[in-house]
Amino acid sequence: MNRALVNIGVGKRRGIRHLKKFLPLYVMMIPCVVYLVVFKYLPILGNVIAFQNYNIVKGIWGSSWAKPFYRHFYMFFQSSYFTQLMRNTLVLSATKLFFNTVSSIVLALLLNEVRNKAFKRVVQTVVYMPHFLSWVIIYGILLSLFSQSNGLINLLLDKHFGVKLAIFNSNVPFFWTLVLSSVWKGAGWGAIVYLAAITGIDPTLYEAARIDGANRWQCIWHVTLSGIRSTIVIMMILNLGSIMNAGFDQVFVMYNIQVYEISDIIDTWVYRTGLTQLNYSLSTAVSLFKTVISFVLVMTVNWIAKRFEEGLW
Amino acid sequence: MKKRRSFSVGDVLIYAGLAFMALTVLLPMMYVISSSLTPYIEILKNDGIVLFPKNPTLDGYKTFFEESNVYRALGITVFITVVGTTLQLLISVLMAYPLSRKDLPGRGFFTMMVFIPMVFTAGLIPTYLVVKEVKMLNSIWSMVIPGVVSSYNLMILKSFFQTMDVGYIEAARIDGASEWRTLFSILLPLSLPALCTVGLFGAVSYWNTYYAYVYYISDNNLATLQVLLKRVIASSESMLFEVDVEIPSMTLKMAAVVVTALPIMLVYPFLQKYFIQGVTLGGVKG
Repeated sequence: MNRALVNIGVGKRRGIRHLKKFLPLYVMMIPCVVYLVVFKYLPILGNVIAFQNYNIVKGIWGSSWAKPFYRHFYMFFQSSYFTQLMRNTLVLSATKLFFNTVSSIVLALLLNEVRNKAFKRVVQTVVYMPHFLSWVIIYGILLSLFSQSNGLINLLLDKHFGVKLAIFNSNVPFFWTLVLSSVWKGAGWGAIVYLAAITGIDPTLYEAARIDGANRWQCIWHVTLSGIRSTIVIMMILNLGSIMNAGFDQVFVMYNIQVYEISDIIDTWVYRTGLTQLNYSLSTAVSLFKTVISFVLVMTVNWIAKRFEEGLW
Repeated sequence: MKKRRSFSVGDVLIYAGLAFMALTVLLPMMYVISSSLTPYIEILKNDGIVLFPKNPTLDGYKTFFEESNVYRALGITVFITVVGTTLQLLISVLMAYPLSRKDLPGRGFFTMMVFIPMVFTAGLIPTYLVVKEVKMLNSIWSMVIPGVVSSYNLMILKSFFQTMDVGYIEAARIDGASEWRTLFSILLPLSLPALCTVGLFGAVSYWNTYYAYVYYISDNNLATLQVLLKRVIASSESMLFEVDVEIPSMTLKMAAVVVTALPIMLVYPFLQKYFIQGVTLGGVKG
């Protein structure tokens, strides 16, 4: 027993020396930890103003509590815009997710069939590029084509049919502008994941399929596509986790008051209510509501994805 | 593995499909470049169809650069991009290296600390209030600091460090090198590909800075290129009355688009492989 005590003592002393050895590593982490605490964790705590009647002059400590504490949440759920915001967010998000996924997969399958390396590389370079353009730039490109006053399409329509389409100012065309421009920007980049998955398919499967008399389309369908099925499912599941993000960056640059009905999403509403109408507490309540739902979704979805992966391998 | 085949109908369809996709990306870009070089009168005369400029003019670019704010915006954007990317790399490397060390006590805790902000975002107003509290509102630093660490990029670096041979680190330690020396003179030179990837992602997002300005800044003198571009291109759209004479012509608008997009479009094709690495590096390991 004495011996054991001695050992513990030694262990402790060694423990301290042990930690000392890591001191430089802890010092390295200081800038990042400070950053995370100030700009990520303090704001998470700052969400408390969702339960207050926050007053910018009085600050967090001076502002009174909302009565009842869930007042702003209640107001939001009762309001007329709740349904519209939720519907816009989910519909836009889901439509984009569907079209982006399908076009990425098709692109990856096509690229995989190309034997001419140079052609393949050129196409890849071109289709990946829009991913790096900001939404402001893409909005500029869209205006050159679809602007009501002087966009290419409208100049042509005006000349030949005497009509002009208000693409950015009417609900349905604007909705599809959002969806298709998101495909334009993201489909190429999204294909990378599927291309990587395709390279992981065992080449002997193709040989076996061909010996069995499969033609090219059957090979694509039964070998390639079914080989990346698990990747597709995982990507779908993971993307579902961010279904509450309908793409603030994109919508905010392009929308205007005439198309709020179809394009006003939670994030744009949070921005306007918070930073232009200065209704801090209500805005924070809504964004907290969104964050919590997203968090639960992401966690669930990751858990499902993990189960799915374990089930496969 | 495969025999040389003749060009079948399937091939034609596949090549045609891909060519179509590539053209949907290329043609709009060409159209933008071309209309930035074509006098506005000419655009209208040809009903907008100006894939190749006939009477090229640089007027659009001249007018754009005559706007007093352009050089300022360019300077600010370059400053944000250079300083922001450097800071991001430095801070991220200093965090990623310790986190990649399996023997570090508390490693799990600190990894969670980096991970949580990815799934539980802070929210616009609370972040705004913190930026206000640290006196960064209306300062150029509000476009650099609040987004300086990307948890995603940090995880890419961490998993890259983890794939490296531990032997290097141990050999360095036996030679008496400090942790700092191990990191900066042994590990980092070996991780250039990962650093390039993360640095490029950082640089692109800093170059495209727009929202930090919208959120935190109300001072015109701090406008970035993207902010200026938005102002130029949106000056007539979404307005109900389109009789304004001062509306910048299409030529000017498109010149502004080209100037803002050009650096990325020029640099990207050469560095493509580093960008793609980011997807495969980050995608495989959590």
